[in-house]
Amino acid sequence: MIPFMGSIIQNEQIADRIYRIVIENTTINEKNQKQMIPKPGQFYYIRVNDTTDPLLRRPISIQDFDGKRNHIKMLYRTEGIGTTQISQKKIGEKLDVLGPLGNGFTIEDAEENGSVLLLGGGIGIPPLYYLKKELVAKKVQVTTLLGYQTLSDSFLIDEFKALGETRVASMDGSIGIKGTVLQLISELEKWDTFYAVGPTGMLKAIQQKWGDTAINGYVSLEERMGCGVGACYGCIVKVDPSIDKKGYKKVCSDGPVFSFREVIL
Amino acid sequence: MSHRLQVKFGDITLKNPIMPASGCFGFGRDYAKFYDLSQLGAVVVKATTLEERIGNPTPRLAETPSGMLNAIGLQNPGVEAVINEEIPWLTQFDVPIIVNVAGSMTEDYIEVAERISAVKDVAMIELNISCPNVKQGGIAFGTDKKVAHELTKAVKKASQVPVYVKLSPNVTDIVEMAEAVAEAGADGLSMINTLLGMRFDLRTRKPILANQTGGLSGPAIKPVALRMIYEVSKRVALPIIGMGGITTAEDVAEFFLAGASAVAVGTANFVDPYVMPKIIQDLERVLDEMGVKSITELTGKGWS
Repeated sequence: MIPFMGSIIQNEQIADRIYRIVIENTTINEKNQKQMIPKPGQFYYIRVNDTTDPLLRRPISIQDFDGKRNHIKMLYRTEGIGTTQISQKKIGEKLDVLGPLGNGFTIEDAEENGSVLLLGGGIGIPPLYYLKKELVAKKVQVTTLLGYQTLSDSFLIDEFKALGETRVASMDGSIGIKGTVLQLISELEKWDTFYAVGPTGMLKAIQQKWGDTAINGYVSLEERMGCGVGACYGCIVKVDPSIDKKGYKKVCSDGPVFSFREVIL
Repeated sequence: MSHRLQVKFGDITLKNPIMPASGCFGFGRDYAKFYDLSQLGAVVVKATTLEERIGNPTPRLAETPSGMLNAIGLQNPGVEAVINEEIPWLTQFDVPIIVNVAGSMTEDYIEVAERISAVKDVAMIELNISCPNVKQGGIAFGTDKKVAHELTKAVKKASQVPVYVKLSPNVTDIVEMAEAVAEAGADGLSMINTLLGMRFDLRTRKPILANQTGGLSGPAIKPVALRMIYEVSKRVALPIIGMGGITTAEDVAEFFLAGASAVAVGTANFVDPYVMPKIIQDLERVLDEMGVKSITELTGKGWS
C-alpha cells in the first residue's frame, strides 16, 4: 500500500454541507489492483494539505468506484477545518490519498435471490451505494432505508432508487416520512442480512431491535483516527469478550465494518 | 552501505539513528505491511505493563494546531504476551528491539524489567516514567526526582540490558530530573514524552477527550523538545534519544545539534507511514549540505 497523488476530477456541493469529490487514481495497475481497487465499506485516508496544520489525515468512505476510469467517488460533510479545506480544492489539484484502508462489508454470504436490507443515516449513507451496486450485480434483493435530518441535507436518493426499492425518512418530515430510519422498517418484511451505517444512536437502536433475533447483520463505525492503520490504538471499540477475548477491536484496521452483535456501542 | 548514519550506544550499534517513538508504532506489525523494518535503526515497541491494559475510553484523540492530543492509556497485552507473541515476531527483522516498560507500582516495573530484559533479543529498556494518561504510575514517577531516582535504581538492578529513562516535559526543572536518574545509574535518556494538554468541544461544552486531558505530540512540541534536550545534554553526560515533532531529516539534524545522539519519530508516522524510510534516505543529503561526514559529529554542535 503506497499513498498516491490523486487528481481531483470533480469537487462540488450537492446538498447542505455535503460535497461530492471524484479522484482519479492513475497508479492502479495489474500488479497492485488487488490492493488498490476499493471494496464497499473501505475508506480512504486523505491528507488535507502538505503542511502540518491540520496534521492528521481525514477518513472518508467510498460512495462508488468506476473501474474503467479508476475514478473514486466520495461524499463528505464539512465538519471542521479539514473537510472545509478539502471542499475548497479545485479540479486538477492533487490530493495525497492513502488507501483503500480497513475491511469492507462482507458480501460473500449474501446469496443470489437472498434479501438484504440497507439502513443509512446522514453522512453514513454514501458507502451503502457502492455496496448496493455490488449486491444488485449479484442478483440479491436489496431494500434501502435512508434517514436524513431534513430535505436540504438529503442526497443520493434518486441514485439509490435507480438501483431498487428505497424508502426515505427525515427528522422534520420535509422529505419522506417523519422520523428515523428505524420507523421505515415494516414488521411484515423479513431479510437474511442487514448492513447499517449511521450515527451511534441509530446503530444502538438497531442492536436493541434485532439483537435477540436470528438476523445476520453488519454495522460500520466511525471514530476519531490517528494512524488509520492499526498502530496507535486511538480508534478502539469495545467488543463482547465472549466473541473476542481481547475485548476490543480497532475501527480503522479491524473494521470499520463489524458484525452487529460483537461491538459494544 | 555507508556508515555515515551509524550511531553507537555502548555495545549496541544502530545502522542509523532513526527509530519509532514508543506508542506510535504498535509492535511493528502495522508498519511492516508498508516496508521492511530492518531499514530502521531500532524498533521501540509500545509501553508494556505487567498485566494487560485495556486503556481509556474513546475519544482518545484530538487534533490541535500542528499536533495532536492522545489519551490511549497504555493499552497493551501485558508482558507475557509481548514476550511470547510480539518479540519473537520482531526478531525476523535485522533491527535492535527496545521495549518501553511501564507500571503502576515499583514492583510492577521491576518484574517487567526482569522478565523483558531476560529475553535475548531485547537490546534495551526504555523506562516510561512519564505517561501523562494513566491514573496511577506513569507520570507520578516522572515528576518527583526522588521517586524517579529510586525507581531507576531498582529497574537498573533488575535489568540485564541498558536502561534508558524517558523523561516527562511536565516538570519545572527537567535538568534536575535528568540528574536524578543519571545518579541512579541510567544508561541514557529518552526525551521528551508528551506535554499535558486539553481541548474542548463547543457543542457539548465538554473536553473532547474522554480522559479530559491528553499528551500533546507533533511538530507543535518540537521547540520545547529541542530546548529541553539542549539544557539536559549540556549538564548530564548521558546519551539522549531525542523526540518531539520530528517529521524531516532536517529536524533530525536539529535534534543532534541540540544534543541528541539518536532520534525517535512518533506522530509523523500517522501522517505518512513511510516517513522513517524517507528520513533515513534524506539524511545523507542533509549531511552533505551541512558538510558533515558522520552524523555523530553533529551531537551537541549547537551548544554555546
